[in-house]
Amino acid sequence: MKRYNALAILREGLRLHRGWPRAWASPEPKSEYDVVIVGAGGHGLATAYYLGRNHGITNVAVLEKGWLGGGNTGRNTTIIRSNYLQDPSAAIYEKARALYETMSRDLNLNVMFSPRGVMMLAQTEHEKRGYLRTAEANALQGVETEFISPARVKELVPMINIEGPRYPVLGALWQARGGTARHDAVAWGYARACSDMGMHIIQQCEVIGIEHRGGRVSAVNTTRGRIGCGKLALIVAGHSGRLAEMAGFRLPIESVALQAMVSEPIKPMLDVVVMANTVHGYISQSDKGELVIGGGADGYNNYTQRGSFHHIEETVRALCETFPAIGRLRMMRQWGGIVDMTGDRSPILSKTPLPGCYVNCGWGTGGFKAIPGSGWAMAELVANDAPGPLAAPFSLSRFREGRFIDESVAAGVAH
Amino acid sequence: MLILTCPYCGIQADETELAPGGEAHLKRAGPDASDAEFEAYMFERRNPYGVHFERWRHAAGCGKWFIAARATDTLEVFATYKAQCTAPPADVIRAIRARRPDWEGWK
Ligand SMILES: Cc1cc2nc3c(=O)[nH]c(=O)nc-3n(C[C@H](O)[C@H](O)[C@H](O)COP(=O)(O)OP(=O)(O)OC[C@H]3O[C@@H](n4cnc5c(N)ncnc54)[C@H](O)[C@@H]3O)c2cc1C
Ligand SMILES: [Zn+2]
Repeated sequence: MKRYNALAILREGLRLHRGWPRAWASPEPKSEYDVVIVGAGGHGLATAYYLGRNHGITNVAVLEKGWLGGGNTGRNTTIIRSNYLQDPSAAIYEKARALYETMSRDLNLNVMFSPRGVMMLAQTEHEKRGYLRTAEANALQGVETEFISPARVKELVPMINIEGPRYPVLGALWQARGGTARHDAVAWGYARACSDMGMHIIQQCEVIGIEHRGGRVSAVNTTRGRIGCGKLALIVAGHSGRLAEMAGFRLPIESVALQAMVSEPIKPMLDVVVMANTVHGYISQSDKGELVIGGGADGYNNYTQRGSFHHIEETVRALCETFPAIGRLRMMRQWGGIVDMTGDRSPILSKTPLPGCYVNCGWGTGGFKAIPGSGWAMAELVANDAPGPLAAPFSLSRFREGRFIDESVAAGVAH
Repeated sequence: MLILTCPYCGIQADETELAPGGEAHLKRAGPDASDAEFEAYMFERRNPYGVHFERWRHAAGCGKWFIAARATDTLEVFATYKAQCTAPPADVIRAIRARRPDWEGWK
């Protein structure tokens, strides 16, 4: 695979860019693989990548019903942070954030990771106490965050109204090394690296059935035929319930719509990510100048990738109060994704009741930031048929055992 | 916007008047239940792609709980009925069948 560097760009520029090869191959499916991964979103692709890189397993296929990264990975607002309260969450999200720092170099593709800083506003006394506690927990976990004053908030975000009539800004939890990245590039970078290792990335290939033999998973039936597998990893976000049904078990997951939107492009006015969780809205500015805005998830099951209109209205209303300057902007595009919500709002990386079949799901409204850490932990689980320290707390058995990782990481607010 | 008819007051309420309450007809596991049964009752959900039975509350109206039969793949609403029903009534099943002849049926 051709490396991307300044010299290559110069040479190709002189040749009118005719020498670039395809970034990844599109092979016909083989009849069998050691590992089949269902879902070519960020988590599926990262799992494949680390299966190869960390465990030397490369006879791998990633099957995708649509196009690569066309699920939530290509629909999210790309906020990356690791300032969680519980230790298991801090461990896996911080692992992911650290891997984002070197991802462009590791994958030789610019994923535009921009550690511009993530600010979570405290707009009630209750929220302020919560963030003070999180800042202390983060200090113990080795995650760099701090609680900052309203004056410092205003300094970082001059356009903010810290004296809002309903919800004045009482401070904020600030993670300076949080930020954003280019979502498509993350999927493309992993796909290219996996293809280089000889793995098969097969798009337009929907899994419609799961077979087992002798009490173990043996194959998947797809719209492109039957494909045998030694091991099977289901990494399909909002569609996890459907795949689990094919495999013969149920998950503590419900699928709901989460929406986002972007404004018309304007001059640079915001160079950090701001989240306002009390009022359910968050905002950042893209390199194109558009304000990228998201809010709360719907409360009912839905697979249509269309969400409720009133949620958009509520989000915009909330942000207009905190950022009066954006009041006259027009919104250009709006879209939805189907997110996989668990009871404790934490993800599941686990073995399943079907031996040889593993799940990685439940990232809900907040899994983009976790992609590299999740892939790392999931590859370990699949390769060894046993979870490593990152994945172990996120097993399915935690629900039976009452061992919740109660983060409310996705409590109606996306991130 | 989702519009559901409240079976108590007959009002066609839009979503902003209603509060969603998750999967309907869950049976509480009794004191003799196994851990697995209790786990299933507490956490495991059907989450179907297609016909779904779901609890709703007419929160900004009469305040009562009711049940909606809906399609999660199209957002079509088949029927609503009172929360006192322990299973979908026959006319609701018929209304679903009329629209979804290949529906695998209730439970
Ligand atoms: C509007 C919105 C905003 C968000 N904002 C953020 C944010 O700011 N920060 C953050 O960290 N997270 C955010 N998230 C969450 C994040 O997008 C997801 O948690 C993450 O992308 C999930 O990645 P994934 O690889 O698990 O799933 P996906 O990217 O959805 O990939 C799953 C893939 O599986 C495929 N698939 C499904 N069924 C089948 C089948 N039967 N056969 C074959 N393939 C199948 C799908 O087509 C899909 O491509 C947001 C989500 C949304 C919707
Ligand atoms: Zn009513």
